[in-house]
Amino acid sequence: MTALAGPALDEAMEDRLPSGKRLRGRKRRGVLLPIWGWLVILWLASPIIVMIVYGFNDGNGKAVSTTWNGFTLKWYQHLFVYSDLTSALVNSITIALLTTAISIVLGTLMGVALGKYRFRGTGSVNLLLFANIAAPEVVLGAALLTLFLTLNIPRGYSTILIAHVMFSVAYVVVTVRARMAGLDPALEEAARDLGAGPIATFFRVTLPMIWPGVLAGGLLAFAMSIDDYIITSFNNGQTQTFPLWVYGAFQRNGGSVPPQVNVMGTLIFAFGVLVAVTGAVGSRKKA
Amino acid sequence: MSARAIRRRLTPYVLVLPGWLWLLIFFVVPALSMLSVSTMTGDDLNGFKQTFHFGTYVDAWNQYHTQIVRSLTYGLIATVLCLVIAYPVAYWIAFRGGRYKSSLLFLLLLPFFVSFVIRTQSWEFMLDDHGMVLGVLRTLHLEGILHTVGLVGSGGQILQTSTAVVGGLVYNFLPFTILPIYVALERVDPALLEASADLYASKAVAFRKVVLPLSMPGVFAAVLLTFVPVASDYVNAQILGGAKTTMVGTVIQTEYFTNLNYPLAASLSFILMAVLLVGIFAYAKALGTDDALEMAAA
Amino acid sequence: MANEPGLGPDLARGLTEPRLNRRRFLQIGGLGALGLGLTACGIPGSKSSGGNLGGQAWRDEIGKFWSQQKQTNVLNFENWPLYIDVGKGSDHPSLDLFTKETGIKVNYKEDIQDDASFYGKIAPVLKAGQNPGFDLMVITNGFELENLFARDWLIPLDQSRMSNFYTYASDLAKDPSYDRGNVYTMAWQSGITGIGYNPKLIGKEITSWNDLLDPKLKGKVGMFADNQDLPCSALCAIGVNPEISTPADWTKAADWLKKQRPSVRKYYDQSYIGALKRGDLWASMAWSGDVFASQADNPDLRFVVPKEGAAIWTDNMCIPVHASHPLDAMIYMDYVYQPRIAAMLADYINYITPVSAVQPIFQKEAKAATSKSDKQYYQNLSTSPMIFPKPADFAKLHRYRVLTADEEVKWNALFEPIYQA
Repeated sequence: MTALAGPALDEAMEDRLPSGKRLRGRKRRGVLLPIWGWLVILWLASPIIVMIVYGFNDGNGKAVSTTWNGFTLKWYQHLFVYSDLTSALVNSITIALLTTAISIVLGTLMGVALGKYRFRGTGSVNLLLFANIAAPEVVLGAALLTLFLTLNIPRGYSTILIAHVMFSVAYVVVTVRARMAGLDPALEEAARDLGAGPIATFFRVTLPMIWPGVLAGGLLAFAMSIDDYIITSFNNGQTQTFPLWVYGAFQRNGGSVPPQVNVMGTLIFAFGVLVAVTGAVGSRKKA
Repeated sequence: MSARAIRRRLTPYVLVLPGWLWLLIFFVVPALSMLSVSTMTGDDLNGFKQTFHFGTYVDAWNQYHTQIVRSLTYGLIATVLCLVIAYPVAYWIAFRGGRYKSSLLFLLLLPFFVSFVIRTQSWEFMLDDHGMVLGVLRTLHLEGILHTVGLVGSGGQILQTSTAVVGGLVYNFLPFTILPIYVALERVDPALLEASADLYASKAVAFRKVVLPLSMPGVFAAVLLTFVPVASDYVNAQILGGAKTTMVGTVIQTEYFTNLNYPLAASLSFILMAVLLVGIFAYAKALGTDDALEMAAA
Repeated sequence: MANEPGLGPDLARGLTEPRLNRRRFLQIGGLGALGLGLTACGIPGSKSSGGNLGGQAWRDEIGKFWSQQKQTNVLNFENWPLYIDVGKGSDHPSLDLFTKETGIKVNYKEDIQDDASFYGKIAPVLKAGQNPGFDLMVITNGFELENLFARDWLIPLDQSRMSNFYTYASDLAKDPSYDRGNVYTMAWQSGITGIGYNPKLIGKEITSWNDLLDPKLKGKVGMFADNQDLPCSALCAIGVNPEISTPADWTKAADWLKKQRPSVRKYYDQSYIGALKRGDLWASMAWSGDVFASQADNPDLRFVVPKEGAAIWTDNMCIPVHASHPLDAMIYMDYVYQPRIAAMLADYINYITPVSAVQPIFQKEAKAATSKSDKQYYQNLSTSPMIFPKPADFAKLHRYRVLTADEEVKWNALFEPIYQA
């Protein structure tokens, strides 16, 4: 649908405008926007570049040195020397994956319901989601801790997971619901007319159409979970996650972190780039 | 009613149930519990008793209104900056992205697969007195600009000023602004734009009268997803900030952990939340709809 | 009530297992009304139920408790980061040696970032009568430690297993004013909160707290964002001994800090040392060990105990109530007071060790060292007043003010707005 929005649209518009302005207008528009877009992406990525570069910086090993001491690969070799850091990283990744999975399931169900049906609970559910998103992290974290203490639930891996799903679900709902609202109900009706049961309809018709919304929500949930500090710090007990460990090391080390942290950050980032590139190649094939 | 009709009636409730239960148990109940704590009196040693004492809210405001107002100010400035930066990017991806859309979105979110401490520490490197940003500006003899605009501290530094804090906030929350606007823009039917072109509208007019209004629900969602976390974030201020940039989240943490004054911490949290909600509803009203929830639903 | 001879068998039970009571069972039932209903009743206080501290019956209880403990060969140890010796990677030679010589395996964690947030984490657990998940922790003498005492959240030590301690502990570590008779704690390391500065950038030496008011230093001064080091240093600055200061003194100290505010770049947590090393700060409140260690990166840095005086603090090993392996903790605590072990720790930690016999060990190391850098290093260690303060320094050093609950409220109300403005 929106493939038309690209070059084709510009052309469609161009034909209708007075000639002089048209050519200039199109060229200027055409270049400014991508420049801005790439600048922003670059700006967002610049600390990452610093991180990657300093992962190769030689030093004494306790902290990243601000001056350049020479290129070295030794941090890559001795990546897992801090066993605490490694287990914290593993925790973060597994929690983020689980959070994404659970949030996607709960959130998609809710998003589909809210986007497709009109029922009496809509208002109160919307209010619930709104309040959840609007609540400050400090409030969410502290309140949840109070609950765990009251019920004598020991804080650890599972409580972190519970907390992460709690603040992620609403975001998945919002993106899925937005996507649902734009769907043509005729498609689902057609599927049913052709004899598909509700579950088959959902998996073969609805889900593929709302997939971008589910993906966007899932991405948000993963990103928020793997990076969460405030809520996790209230509910983690003795379990460490990557952001907690890194912030602790950052504080204690007088404002810098061991080089291994930069290296791990680099590797995570590289993995992400790989997935993005694969996705781009994949969609090129599809188109 | 036929079985199918009953099932159809019940379906939405069944679908909503799991998520709703999760949020009820792990969000609503704890929040109510905190609300209850905010009206208690006592101290940690002797215990707190429920006395329905609402004076704590007044105390909280009196003690910390500076930090509350400052958080809201930073939040507002950062949100506006985010919108200004985000909108063109969202427009670019939605209308020019073509088949690379999801990859571009992924690229935007990529920095967030790396811990915020690393990102913020890298910013510290760059914004440091002897770091890259000031270094480049000095070489180009442009650092005077920052002085005149009043963005730097007394020693000519960027770190430990509100500039650094707001910059950090904008940086950390920009993707939350871009995504909702993108989602809204992506749904704009190009046929509408074709129609406006058929009616001799220039691109600028088409944008102002067609695209922009259609994207407003996305803008609203973007403001919601940006303003709230920005105003309640305090870690940026702790790392990049100075002596006069403390935000309300820090004092909530102090009241909770150091002073063990749970009623005050709870009151402060609710004041923050209430102000944010009022702000959001006011904005929704200004956009011309009474039902902010429906707005957020779009 | 006051004549009640301690808590009897409840004390021993209470020290080792969480208390089950009716309230706990009530909590598990019902959900929606739970949040409101439960807290509508209030949050229970954590005041200790009393008991005749120090009385013979109490000591008998403690003795009985310890006689029932068995060595389990597991120890969960919570400490501050970078507060123990580190070998080639993340191993800790002193801990490995301990395991070899006693058979006790140590699970070492560095979760303590600052006393307040750590206390805030464990207080609800201890209040609920639950096992905190570790057996040994290191807490600074200050509000949090006082709170732990007042609420009976520490297990009194087994005095019969403290032979190394009583043989080797320095005067600073033995019988400190905040824990007379070492009932609950044994010192881990001590430190001084003085001024760290870079004389090259300033152009002169710093000798006094009031030097930090110099307008030439505007925007280049760092102070701590805490409610113990900051106020006590300010009290020293106005010439008052913090330990005996009065509320009137506190107000004057707060005024001094307010006068200083425009010069202060930031009220830091421990990250001040990075700023000091980089040159963002020219002078800062600083911990002795931090400055000593950072001289390796920036040899221009100096540390001084200001002439008006400074605070000396001690991080203490203690055992939380409901710990699973208290005897193993006890064994460890006494183990580290052997001079050879204390030297291993002091070599890396660079703070004030509680074992004075370490100094001659370092002097011997300096003589025996083969490489010049090692010789230099051990000479530095053995003579530095940051590691082994001179008697003249000790005369100027003061402990923190011990506050009652009411005083704490007044104190915080005066000082917190200064660094949280």
